[in-house]
Amino acid sequence: MYVATKGGERAIEAAHQWLGEMRRGDTEVPELSVAQIREQMTLAVNRVMAEGSLYDPDLAALAIKQARGDLIEAVFLIRAYRTTLPRFAASLPVDTDRMEITRRISATFKDVPGGQILGPTFDYTHRLLDFALMADGNAPRAESREADGSPSPHILALLDRDGLMEPLAATDETPPDLTREPLEMPASRPLRLQALARGDEGFLLSMAYSTQRGYGRTHAFVGELRIGACAVEMDIPELGFAVEIGEIELTECETVNQFNGSKTEPPQFTRGYGLVMGQSERKAISMSLVDRALRWEELGEENTGAPAQDAEFVLYHSDNIQATGFLEHIKLPHYVDFQSELELIRKLRREAGSDDRQEAAE
Amino acid sequence: MSTLTKDQIERRARMGLLARARPERLAMLFPTLPAHEFVRPPEIGAVMVRGRIGAAGGPFNLGEMSVTRCTVRLGDGVVGHAYVQGRDKTHAVRAAAIDALMQRADSSAIEAAILAPLREEEGVRRRARADKAAATKVEFFTMVRGEDA
Repeated sequence: MYVATKGGERAIEAAHQWLGEMRRGDTEVPELSVAQIREQMTLAVNRVMAEGSLYDPDLAALAIKQARGDLIEAVFLIRAYRTTLPRFAASLPVDTDRMEITRRISATFKDVPGGQILGPTFDYTHRLLDFALMADGNAPRAESREADGSPSPHILALLDRDGLMEPLAATDETPPDLTREPLEMPASRPLRLQALARGDEGFLLSMAYSTQRGYGRTHAFVGELRIGACAVEMDIPELGFAVEIGEIELTECETVNQFNGSKTEPPQFTRGYGLVMGQSERKAISMSLVDRALRWEELGEENTGAPAQDAEFVLYHSDNIQATGFLEHIKLPHYVDFQSELELIRKLRREAGSDDRQEAAE
Repeated sequence: MSTLTKDQIERRARMGLLARARPERLAMLFPTLPAHEFVRPPEIGAVMVRGRIGAAGGPFNLGEMSVTRCTVRLGDGVVGHAYVQGRDKTHAVRAAAIDALMQRADSSAIEAAILAPLREEEGVRRRARADKAAATKVEFFTMVRGEDA
């Protein structure tokens, strides 16, 4: 039960003023610009865009600054902002085959057309703090080597060609949209993927990790992980044809998982898929593992009762804004609710004949 | 897409180029707008970006991106459209004005002064990225071991 109470306005205003001062920190230290956050905290910006479900690096950087670096608070700000935007239309599905690749690796094949491209990765670093970054230094420069322009086709398409992969049906059905209709069970795979794409990275990581540890094991190999810039095309109603409206960075992960087959069909590898806005391979890999675990029914697998197989559990708990909204609301005034609890416990204690300390409590 | 005319293919390419251009750079190359009126004033909105399951299967909704659109009409009645990534209204107005100007017979000056440099600079940016990626390509070599060595 909620009852309006008054009297906190002055305290709230002062609290927000102090918040502003704390956000700025020591004024002897130069203030961070939004452009600095956008350019130098790019992976935080990417996470806020992915979970905020709005690709706009400037706004994500602003949200991070306003939220004092609290990324879930920043995601909250972006989610609130996106509800104010009119929806023009939906894009054509992005063609990740035509991605301009900055990173592309496969854990299943060493030699692949287009090669293994490491890109700007933390892999193979020693995870030792680099104290040189504490001093002002010259901007490092990346090495270059003339690209040969060879295409990098999707690696799983090669397995597909040999009939070893579960086939995909390139339909053009309008997918469900959880920002328009409530998320209801059973959720189709397109709906699940939308929820996972905007889900909390930490939650998906833990869910994916649980499948690796045996709770809904799927024997996943990273068939391909690719990061790069992808054109976004949209049909322009005024023109009657599609044009590119921009370019976004995407991370895509395709897993190859153990087999599925039947009396009539020979065994084939199965797929898990992850696609995330920005550079976020931990989340893309997690997403593809969770996607695969959630497909148990469709693939005729056993439900072992693992959390990652439970679509309702996964999808209703993956959204950090819903979660934090409900979690944090319990710190707000619940004076009346608690009064009724107090009355109840006193009544129970009276009935049990142990009301002697009631006076002291008051 | 195969049914597009040559004009439509060119228009499609330049609208994409203008959408991907950096707003500051476009402002530098095209500082003065021609006389125009708004058929649709610049408007900030969102486009839901879709992906495909497994890169090649059925579509799903990935998340939105911010987009600004605008439609202008020049003095002679030519109409230009723009849909550009981000929330920069001047970017959308400039892109729409250029889209209109390019439909006139005397479009070669705009092509030379604005579109050609944008195309060139985009090419340089893309090549630089591809060349950095190429430098991180793994060159596997096999160590020969055993009696046959």
